[in-house]
Amino acid sequence: MHKVYHRIEQVAGSVITVRADGVAYGELAQVVGTLGTSLAQVIRLDGEKVFLQVFAGSRGIATDAQVRFLGHKMDVSFTDALLGRVFNGSGEPRDNGPALDEHRIAIGGPSVNPAKRIIPRKMVRTGIPMIDVFNSLVESQKLPIFAAAGEPYNQLLARIALQAEVDIIILGGMGLKHDDYLQFRDTLEKNGALSRSILFIHTAADPTVECQMVPDISLAVAEQFALQNKRVLVLLTDMTSFADALKEIAITMEQIPANRGYPGDLYSQLASRYEKAVDFEGAGSITILAVTTMPGDDVTHPVPDNTGYITEGQFYLRNGRIEPFGSLSRLKQQVNGRTREDHRTVMNTMIQLYASYKETLEKQSMGFRMSAWDRKLLRYGERFEKEMMDLSVNIPLEAALDLGWQIMADCFEPEETGISSKLIEKFWPKKNA
Amino acid sequence: MSENIGKIVGVNGNLITVRFEEAITQNEVGYARTGGIGLRAEVIRIRGDRAEMQVFEDTAGLKVGDDVVFSGNLLSVELGPGLLGQVFDGLQNPLPKLAEQCGFFLQRGTYLQALDRDRKWDYTPVAKKGDEVQAGDTIGTVPEGIFTHRIMVPFRLSGKYTVEETVAAGSYGIETVVAKLKDARGTLVDVTMVQVWPVKVPIKAYAERLRPVEPLVTKVRIIDTFFPVARGGVYCIPGPFGAGKTVLQQITSKYADVDIVLVAACGERAGEVVETLREFPELTDPRTGRSLMERTMIVCNTSSMPVAAREASVYTAVTICEYYRQMGLNVLLLADSTSRWAQALREMSGRLEEIPGEEAFPAYLESTIASFYERGGVVRLRDGSTGSVTIGGTVSPAGGNFDEPVTQATLKVVGAFHGLNRERSDARRYPAIHPLDSWSRYTGVVDAAQVADARRILRQGSEVNQMMKVVGEEGTSIEDFVLYLKSEYLDAAYLQQDSFHDVDGATSADRQQYVFGKIHGILMATVKFADKDAARKWFLQLTSVTKDWNRVAMDTDEFKQLERRIDAMLAEVSENA
Repeated sequence: MHKVYHRIEQVAGSVITVRADGVAYGELAQVVGTLGTSLAQVIRLDGEKVFLQVFAGSRGIATDAQVRFLGHKMDVSFTDALLGRVFNGSGEPRDNGPALDEHRIAIGGPSVNPAKRIIPRKMVRTGIPMIDVFNSLVESQKLPIFAAAGEPYNQLLARIALQAEVDIIILGGMGLKHDDYLQFRDTLEKNGALSRSILFIHTAADPTVECQMVPDISLAVAEQFALQNKRVLVLLTDMTSFADALKEIAITMEQIPANRGYPGDLYSQLASRYEKAVDFEGAGSITILAVTTMPGDDVTHPVPDNTGYITEGQFYLRNGRIEPFGSLSRLKQQVNGRTREDHRTVMNTMIQLYASYKETLEKQSMGFRMSAWDRKLLRYGERFEKEMMDLSVNIPLEAALDLGWQIMADCFEPEETGISSKLIEKFWPKKNA
Repeated sequence: MSENIGKIVGVNGNLITVRFEEAITQNEVGYARTGGIGLRAEVIRIRGDRAEMQVFEDTAGLKVGDDVVFSGNLLSVELGPGLLGQVFDGLQNPLPKLAEQCGFFLQRGTYLQALDRDRKWDYTPVAKKGDEVQAGDTIGTVPEGIFTHRIMVPFRLSGKYTVEETVAAGSYGIETVVAKLKDARGTLVDVTMVQVWPVKVPIKAYAERLRPVEPLVTKVRIIDTFFPVARGGVYCIPGPFGAGKTVLQQITSKYADVDIVLVAACGERAGEVVETLREFPELTDPRTGRSLMERTMIVCNTSSMPVAAREASVYTAVTICEYYRQMGLNVLLLADSTSRWAQALREMSGRLEEIPGEEAFPAYLESTIASFYERGGVVRLRDGSTGSVTIGGTVSPAGGNFDEPVTQATLKVVGAFHGLNRERSDARRYPAIHPLDSWSRYTGVVDAAQVADARRILRQGSEVNQMMKVVGEEGTSIEDFVLYLKSEYLDAAYLQQDSFHDVDGATSADRQQYVFGKIHGILMATVKFADKDAARKWFLQLTSVTKDWNRVAMDTDEFKQLERRIDAMLAEVSENA
């Protein structure tokens, strides 16, 4: 059967080198170290030398450790039995359930033929006005949440997951704190969503290589469900940990870094994951919602910067609120014309007024005199922040639009908003004089 | 003939090292055999008996000792009738056909012919027996959509040939021999409707290159009036994410006044290609009244498709453009984004362990970018007609900072720079081309002296605005304040344009000349106001009337009415009144 090799020539970081022949690029191997058995993947071939990335890290690998090549690529079992289960980045159970072995599928498969994609047209309702009204989430969209450390991004992610109308939720956790993982699991369980969820969790204490595999394994499973006509929502948190894992491994492999230590192919690496978001012609869809923490709250950091070029917009989470400026859903135009006729107008007008409010705030802080108009704006801004932007607000789109009209009517005269008279007539709330 | 076969001795990502015995050529294509398929690869470095090859596919499964079959050809594309309206990947595989064969996913190792072999074309011979011809001369024509597609003497033939035989007019497939040519030594060459050409070599079968002088109207006002593009010129659009690069490219692909548009989606989102792919067949080309897809081609190698093919895709695209230029057509290549292509170069350079330049880009980055943009140009063909390839490339600089190597290398070689700006896009001032930082060396559609006046006002207005941030409105003189309002008016009423509006979205050259003339008059007029509030109010009102004016068709009564209103408003505040 499979030959076993015993001579490890080199151990550096998580990469070990053995001499072997007949080994295929990308093939898996089993490495038996003093601390246990781990999977490893071939990442380079050079003559007889085979470079293997050991998933559990190289700690405890002896120079005479056993290496047995398995003759296949990294794969994961795909069955309905995955639902409700928790796994690690190598696809092994993290809960106390049994390991799954039937119907294995390769991970990191080829990309979708652009000719088989369709233009996304279905809105994903979340009950969060800052998303539904101002930056609608669309099925098959890939959208990151940009946040500084300490923002409640995981709570937001969990809430969207629970409220979104999807068939299956797949959570890929990378570098998660153990508490955060437990919180995710408990939230899903408490709300009865665990039975339609699958969790692939890498915590900060687990080996780096497993972190790097979480997106691939999550998306490979998502893809199979989508092909079975399911609408799948994939949550990835935190993609900056994923990028850092790439960086760590690239540096160990002595690759020349491009920007702040990150490898030159960071863009392609991120893109090949995010681009798995798809609306299949004649089958289901994959929507990806990811968290990208911004080191130093700096959006020009290589990870958020490259992400912004790949994804279809972004949500900025700042001070516990989704910031209306900077946040963008590139696909909102595809859906918000067909929700309610006042949707786009409310969206644009309220944001313009909020921008004016921000200018007034600036004037106020510089000690300029406040005009009657300024005072109206101040009143409006406060209500907007409290009743629309606050993340605890949980109302359907239509109610949010009505609320928008109410706030505007309470603060302004109709003509001050610049809304067309046709819509004013239909939607402007009548004053109870 | 025996095949030239090498053996794999190393695999590192998509770079393989191959030991060979017989002669091979730099940039030759080979196929790495694994599990019954061959993965296309290109030789990129030769050292001793080892060649390093970049593989255009995922390399998983390749083993040391596997065969690599060298093809003897450089990386090439097929040129012939039937390219228009197609969607290709970076190696010229037709994607819809690939989907029919392989389903949802792109299967590696599957290569299809770019052109349909079964389709028949109505061929009309042009050259006659005994004619003396050379590479690029027309042998016959076939109608392809709205164009007359010239079947030309293959570009690879050098020297003079005599036509020995031609077929009669009729319906033929592209592989039919439509003519036989004889060279000076009497050797016969068969000519079919299809020829192959290596993508990295420019097609040079023309009489001479000309200077690009004729404006290419994009119907985007800020471009045509302030930062024009010429037919045969090259320009770049750098900008941070979300500033509207792709929307600008999509608008240009719809309205640009050229014969053919080739959209090269290089390493960008697949979703954007899908929009073009699904929407263009439904849209009508305002110039011809036919479907927009009839003049469009797409070469797409989106971000998740293999990186090496991304590098090839821009060359595939420009080669197809050059081919149609040889028919005396004006072709526009929109490459989105050249940064992704440069990153592909960087990835490969890293694997080759070359000494890195700035930000780990290879040292040859600048010369590679320069020689790519040099493939744009206007040429006079030997039959006297002219054709052009215009190249517009977007650049995605890291962090939106233009001081990075790709932007800088591109700026050196282009004739126009449309710099997109984050502040402008955040303020929803679209198109977000910065009116002070951008530049163009080409001639526009509007009188240059008038544009210079307008530029001066923009600059002065911006200076006043800076000053006002320090001293406040109170500390600014009314003259300066009016100057500032004039620059804001020009910005809001002319530079900004609603791309999604039927009329405002596309402004013809005539209309630009007319409207800009009017706006120039307003900018130059001496206007008097009681105080700053009055001035602001007047300009706000004028802006809103002018915006309405932009939204009505030029030949309507409403257009004239609004124009009269603008005249009347100006008369009210003019000093001479």
